[in-house]
Amino acid sequence: MDVTGFSVLTAIIFIPIIAGFVILFLDRKNRDLVRGVAITAASAVLALSLAVFFGYDNYVKQAGGLIDQQMTMLAGGGDLSGARMFVDALAFEQRIVWVESLGIAYHVGVDGVSAPMVLLTGMVAVAGVLISWNIEDRLREFMAFFMFLVAGVYGVFIAVDLFMLFFFYELAIFPMYLLIAGWGWVKLREYAAMKLTLYILVGSVFALVGAVAMYFAAGAFFSGSGAEVFQAAVASGILPADSAPYSWSMVQLTLAAENGAFAIEILGIEGLSFARFWFPFMFIGFGVLAGVFPFHNWSPDGHVAAPTAVSMIHAGVLMKVGAFAALRAGVQLLPDGAQTHLPWIVFLTLINVVYGALIAFRQRDFKYVIGFSSVSHMGLVSMGWATMNLTGMTGAGIQMFSHGAMTALFFGVVGMVYDRAHTRDIPSLGGFMKVMPWVGVAFVIGGLTSMGMPGLSGFIAEFPIFQGMWAASEQISLQLGSFQLSNYYSVIVILSALGIVITAAYVLRVAGQVFFGEFDAEQFHDVGDIAAPDRIVLIILGAPLIILGLYPPIMAPMIESGIRPLIALLGGG
Amino acid sequence: MGEFDLWAQLPSVLPEVGLTALAVIVLFADIYGSIATRRNVVFVSAVGMALLALVPLIWVPDPAQFENGVLLWGGMVNYDPLSQIFKVMLLLSGAVTCLMALGDKGVGDKGEFYLIVIVATLGGLMMSSASDLILVFVALETLSIPLYMLASFRRGDLRSAEGGMKYFLYGAFASAIMLFGFSLLYGFAGTTNLGGIADAMSGGFEGGLVAVMAALVMVVVGFGFKLSAVPFHFWTPDVYEGAPTPVTAFVSVSSKAASFALLVRFLTAVFPPDLAIAGVMIQDFWVNLLVVIAIVSMTLGNVVALRQSNIKRLLAYSSIAQAGYTLIGVAALQGMDDSLAVASVSFYMFMYIFTNLLVFGGVILFITATGKEDIKDLAGLNRRSPWLALFITIGLLSLGGIPPAAGFFGKFFLFQAAVKSNLVGLALIAVANAIIALYYYLVVIKVMYVDVGPDDEIPVGIPRSYAWALGITASIVILLGTIAVTPIYNWAALGASGL
Repeated sequence: MDVTGFSVLTAIIFIPIIAGFVILFLDRKNRDLVRGVAITAASAVLALSLAVFFGYDNYVKQAGGLIDQQMTMLAGGGDLSGARMFVDALAFEQRIVWVESLGIAYHVGVDGVSAPMVLLTGMVAVAGVLISWNIEDRLREFMAFFMFLVAGVYGVFIAVDLFMLFFFYELAIFPMYLLIAGWGWVKLREYAAMKLTLYILVGSVFALVGAVAMYFAAGAFFSGSGAEVFQAAVASGILPADSAPYSWSMVQLTLAAENGAFAIEILGIEGLSFARFWFPFMFIGFGVLAGVFPFHNWSPDGHVAAPTAVSMIHAGVLMKVGAFAALRAGVQLLPDGAQTHLPWIVFLTLINVVYGALIAFRQRDFKYVIGFSSVSHMGLVSMGWATMNLTGMTGAGIQMFSHGAMTALFFGVVGMVYDRAHTRDIPSLGGFMKVMPWVGVAFVIGGLTSMGMPGLSGFIAEFPIFQGMWAASEQISLQLGSFQLSNYYSVIVILSALGIVITAAYVLRVAGQVFFGEFDAEQFHDVGDIAAPDRIVLIILGAPLIILGLYPPIMAPMIESGIRPLIALLGGG
Repeated sequence: MGEFDLWAQLPSVLPEVGLTALAVIVLFADIYGSIATRRNVVFVSAVGMALLALVPLIWVPDPAQFENGVLLWGGMVNYDPLSQIFKVMLLLSGAVTCLMALGDKGVGDKGEFYLIVIVATLGGLMMSSASDLILVFVALETLSIPLYMLASFRRGDLRSAEGGMKYFLYGAFASAIMLFGFSLLYGFAGTTNLGGIADAMSGGFEGGLVAVMAALVMVVVGFGFKLSAVPFHFWTPDVYEGAPTPVTAFVSVSSKAASFALLVRFLTAVFPPDLAIAGVMIQDFWVNLLVVIAIVSMTLGNVVALRQSNIKRLLAYSSIAQAGYTLIGVAALQGMDDSLAVASVSFYMFMYIFTNLLVFGGVILFITATGKEDIKDLAGLNRRSPWLALFITIGLLSLGGIPPAAGFFGKFFLFQAAVKSNLVGLALIAVANAIIALYYYLVVIKVMYVDVGPDDEIPVGIPRSYAWALGITASIVILLGTIAVTPIYNWAALGASGL
């Protein structure tokens, strides 16, 4: 594939950046122009994201397309190579050498896991701009920072170069800090913004050191014992012709992982390989942003303190950035480490699922309910990664999209209720279905999705995760000294199904109290239905939940095609 | 040595010659010029230094020459890419400092200020290319003495006088210790040439391990003072707070950059990787020494900075921490292929100079406009002057290592160099420190953008000279973090080949 030409993904990154700068220099008083530029940019990006998603869908499904190729490969045509499969899966690529002597390149592309994320980001970007339509305080700065945040998030999803992934990851953090600290809920915003920023940075910089170590280990391998592998990869087109042994390209690092570059023993401790040592840094480092227990603590406070649009993008997209980066830079690049560590990390994800749901059940604040439910649902994503089989990981991929749209919808609903009722205290709300039917219906759709009701996307996501867990139960065991723990994945499935029950309980409780029940006409006399922009938000975020629930083939085969290289790397067929 | 060829040797010192001429012009213009002429001294100085910064770019040393380690001017001067890149940085920082001083009453309106800045820059340039103990010391003092004068430039102000005095006393003490170390080295080797000392010591040296290490430690003490590394940092907060702010900006960048250039050259030339005395690898010793100093500097600088309420003191402690980060790159100078380590130090200094000038420039402007120096006084700056707030923010983000500002690449290169030299533990401590540091940088940004101040509606104007100085430095900081990384990094990496 031609990787030197212009890619639509480049436009997707740079449109929000340019729009952000343009907005910063507009007249502060001209609010319509500010909004106009922001919504134009966001819509353009959404349109391009749709083009990418369906373009990639076609790339995957067409006759002789990616799935056919992968099936041929799995059937024994050609060597089964994870790096090869990963390269083939990439589309819309563009590569420009950035710092040649260090092997850093601007390299973008999407695969089956990131293409749905690109679409999700576009949806939430438009929804975020629309829901912030009437912000009174410094609208111009808000929109500009929001645009920068969107650009950073996009950058992480489409990075093929590991350095670039870090670059955009850190780039996203600063606008997020300012958005929460500047426009968030007054009581909590400074504390929550700082807490969130520091948590996320701590995770990412430790991962960065791990990434640097990987870079050197892979480079030493390719310029030493793996020189032949390197030359063969260049000759067969896996690596571009101008590659050097030392490189940040994730394709090249994947190749190194596959050929045993990270199996070297370090620190002189027997059995402690490079991959085993660094995997926790990479996986949990990024997992912090995905809310992995016990590093989830920033998340509820952060979500509650943030203004609605930022909660939406934060819980909807940014937590997926964490889960995605943990998959890309953790599982994919250090598969040996994944096999060692994920069997115990799965316990953390179980705590996420059950504990998050229990805490959500106990909350009185509407927004905290949603905040903790995010922690619970993101636990399912990490649990899906921990299955290390096609079914479970595909489920986790779908869950990323489904939960993203669903949580963004939830936070949108909370924001709309709070804007009009001026309280988020669940017991004092009631009967809002009558005055805000759109919002009520949207909440019910989201709620049913989060319970995993068939016909909605939550089911399509959660069912394969549990199925994958069950299937993994026989393969995975955990060695604790002389004691071997086996078949425990099935126990974890049963326990985490408990989380679903609790989810149903709190969703129904909230729906019952907020949207049905007694309406206090005196206290909420000025509460009216929502206007057109808010309705568009609910449609953009709610419709995909139903479409995906009724017609899973729109996304599932694509995500499967993105997971297959990982399965090959993890040693499965 | 063959016949002396002036024209072949001149380019190596052309910027210094130019600076001397500029100093003379400024001196005479200030003394004999009319009032209008004197007002233009600042522009003559700034533009003069900026033009001289082009000289090292035009007369590029010939690779065939410097790779063999040819020294010019009787073995006194190195003519290699390392010295060239530092000369460019120092000249540009001098130029920006002049622009920033313009509006400061009692400082920028005096012609001698610019003269002293030029002479100090001259000292820095000499340091970056010196290859002989004698020239090293002369250069160090040519830089230091003007800085003492600058620190106490506002004679009537007690804090300025106190800061200058402290700086002078500490500095003189550190210089004396360093000079003693030099004399020991000369005693061991019988030569003052940096490379010659290593040769003499490796060829069956009988002077004893302890003596060599003592000399090494003494030299490091001297450098530690110039770099404001812990435990030689005590002067830093007082001088930073007391000195006129343009001077603080200048002290924080030029003396640090020149000292790092010299430190890299000194350690690689005098104590090279293959030097073993009595079976002990000297390099292991100084690497460990620098690792300890780096860790202590980063940690102490960052932790104490958390508690500061005065913006200048905050920046003082931050600069101590920044020196600690940069020392990581120096500690990573081991093994034969050290291009990444050298490049990381040069790149970090290159971006640090502009970043710090940017932050200080913004702070100077704020202090001259409002007369207040506390962090809380910055409240609501975004509403008073969005541009100023943006400039300071870019600078702070760069110091904190957040992209797209240059600091991200700077820190990244340093950590990478550390991991390459098997200093993974040091890299992990450094990233932990980067988090602590980000906290207090973010607090300042938050105060500017979120907090509401009492003078919220009074705008802060930006005079034209500042607009230029801040605009140029901010653009450089952003460019160095995005598209200009490659050329500067490659240039910096080239610096290793001449060592």
